[in-house]
Amino acid sequence: MSTSSDAKRKAPAGERVADWADGRLGIYSLAKANMRKIFPDHWSFMLGEICLYSFIIIILTGVYLTLFFHPSMNEVHYHGSYVPMQGIRMTEAYASTLDISFDVRGGLLIRQIHHWAALIFIAGMFVHMMRVFFTGAFRKPRELNWMFGFLLFVLGMFTGFTGYSLPDDLLSGTGVRFTQGAILATPIVGTYLSMFLFGGEFPGHDIIARFYSIHILLLPGIMLGLVVAHLILVFYHKHTQFPGPGRTNKNVVGMPLLPVYMAKAGGFFFLVFGVIAIIAALFTINPIWALGPYRPDQVSTGAQPDWYMGFAEGLVRVMPGWEINLWGHTLVLGVFIPLVVFGLVLGAIAMYPFIESWITGDKREHHILDRPRNAPTRTALGVAWVTSYMIMLIGGGNDIFATHLHLSINSITWFVRISYFVGPVIAFIVTKRICMGLQRRDRDKVLHGRESGIIKRLPHGEFVEIHEPLSQSQRYSLTAHEQYQPAELGPLVDENGVERKPTRGEKLRAKLSKGYYGEGNQVPKATPEEYQEITSGHGGHH
Amino acid sequence: MKKLSARRRHPLAAVVVLLLALAATGGLYAAFAPASKAQAEESAQSLAIEEGKKLYSVGCASCHGTGGQGTTDGPSLVGVGSAAVDFQVATGRMPAQQPGAQVPQKPVIYTQAQIDQLAAYVASLGPGPVTPTEKQYNPEGADIARGGDLWRTNCAQCHNFTGEGGALTKGKYAPSLENTTPKHIYEAMQTGPQNMPSFPDTTMPEKEKKDIIAYVKSVNGDQTPTPGGFALGGLGPVSEGLFGWIFGLGALVAVAIWVAAHTAKAKKS
Repeated sequence: MSTSSDAKRKAPAGERVADWADGRLGIYSLAKANMRKIFPDHWSFMLGEICLYSFIIIILTGVYLTLFFHPSMNEVHYHGSYVPMQGIRMTEAYASTLDISFDVRGGLLIRQIHHWAALIFIAGMFVHMMRVFFTGAFRKPRELNWMFGFLLFVLGMFTGFTGYSLPDDLLSGTGVRFTQGAILATPIVGTYLSMFLFGGEFPGHDIIARFYSIHILLLPGIMLGLVVAHLILVFYHKHTQFPGPGRTNKNVVGMPLLPVYMAKAGGFFFLVFGVIAIIAALFTINPIWALGPYRPDQVSTGAQPDWYMGFAEGLVRVMPGWEINLWGHTLVLGVFIPLVVFGLVLGAIAMYPFIESWITGDKREHHILDRPRNAPTRTALGVAWVTSYMIMLIGGGNDIFATHLHLSINSITWFVRISYFVGPVIAFIVTKRICMGLQRRDRDKVLHGRESGIIKRLPHGEFVEIHEPLSQSQRYSLTAHEQYQPAELGPLVDENGVERKPTRGEKLRAKLSKGYYGEGNQVPKATPEEYQEITSGHGGHH
Repeated sequence: MKKLSARRRHPLAAVVVLLLALAATGGLYAAFAPASKAQAEESAQSLAIEEGKKLYSVGCASCHGTGGQGTTDGPSLVGVGSAAVDFQVATGRMPAQQPGAQVPQKPVIYTQAQIDQLAAYVASLGPGPVTPTEKQYNPEGADIARGGDLWRTNCAQCHNFTGEGGALTKGKYAPSLENTTPKHIYEAMQTGPQNMPSFPDTTMPEKEKKDIIAYVKSVNGDQTPTPGGFALGGLGPVSEGLFGWIFGLGALVAVAIWVAAHTAKAKKS
């Protein structure tokens, strides 16, 4: 039907470009399917975004730093512009980091952005992981994505550690020496591993170049892949949401990806970049010029790793220096036990989704989040874990706490030793009680309404507070969660009347399940019947 | 001559002549009397010791003994030298307030003149390190880089990379050197106060002490540039980590809450 003039008129340039690209990449159908994808809105869902954006910032600034950094342990005499290091012998790695700080245009700012972003990246991952943990977002189908996230956290720690070691300053060199000690403490293979990693005796001439490859190539490469997989899975699973009216396990209520979420996310990237840039411009991080070059015969007090390795530092600092000497070999328990605990602490949190799904026996998909109070045992376990982690951070900084709080370092060490075992137990009990209290309050609110603060005097003289009933949607939100019944042992007599003995695993599971969901471990939520009874007028003056 | 002859009969002329004669004799005696200077110094010195002893018996003797011989509450001061006294008293550490893990710095209660008198008295008890002169401790022109190397080898393990101080066992500590004067740093190295080892000239010559002072003052003084911005106490990763968590991540979470609060949802009218 079109006239010849219509056919000849060219389409707008944008359409032609899109057409060209679609013909080769098939982006139209991809975009059509995903442009309206919905993301729910909550500030805590943006914690992961903080991590993603700081990761991008780290990669961008890291590329700039590689242009000027020399990962070499050849010794040179410094003749740059920083006076207090004039003529000092140092490795090229340290000298080039001084040059980046003082002689490369924008070098110090980029270095500080890189380092601050790294601290914030890992802190962000920690908080993001805790958000996912406390809301139960790790449950099926997201267990694998939890593992990806966990791997990113651990790899982030090690990428951070290798990067922190690159300048070869006195502080980071002490950290490398610490690591070498931990490697040596590994029974049987420790010595071989150390010789292999360092290319001979410590410090050797290879470690900086090796850490460089690991820091800029190997670990970030794996992390980038994991980040992509993490995001693909978020897309594939769809984002979880908090309970509320109209929100079910089968839908997602929120804003579409385009244009709303893209605009918010894009803007948020620049906000994250802005905040990190301001901090980096105003506050010093890792002033390597003040630390001096690494020499194995020198050391300074206040030698700590960056915060994410602080709990490992704490474990070693507070562990008594036990060792066993047998047949001319030494087993350094003082370092080896912390090394094992380090792995166990991290492993415990990684495996938790599998442990919980085994206890509950719940194999269904969950897209509605738990409010932390509605899973008291999980929440209490999480807080106990965070408590043990934080106590070890205190252990890692015991000397700084000693000087700044005017305490004895020995007392702090003993405090950490004892509270590492006692603290999590107290935290567990307290948290669980708080959760149950909050559950009870929710139940009261649903049944009796919100305390209005208005006091009424009844004809016979009694004073009562008026309770305002909640709206239906509020009542729904407060009762939307499901409550598990403790798993019982299966029938102990089979269909043929033969008795069987429950396995040890079954017994343990029943016991744990009772601890999670049994009587006294959760408050039964208000039922419609109870609500009916109270609101039908028999309740008196509520 | 007319004037002079006119007044020679004046009633006060005799007095004037007498005064002139006395002045001339006294002046000549002062000019030619033997060893007058040394005697004057000696007497000044013995005066200082005398005054110092008085101050000592009021402020120090209760712990260090009436003759500086020491008691169960304080060590003997025989042979500690004037440098030790100058360091301990001029930084406010002595007189001590109470026994404890370590005697802390306090406001100084003696004037420098009184401190010198105390030092003179204690130095008279037995030979020891002498209070350094400015020529000895003034770090001008010293080798800062060499001082840094010496610092990291000998001092940093307790006092931190830039002299911010650090913890020792059981509540003891190496103090921050931020506000310590070159003279007192020099004296501390000479005498090894409290938990500090001493670095006498035989192990660390005067020049090296100067280099160290020059380094400390260049990286932790009033004029020290901080090219990276605020230094966060110069304590390393602990303060950086705390700052990153509280102000870095804290600010970003606040921003996230702000962004989430400004959503595109239809506003209720």
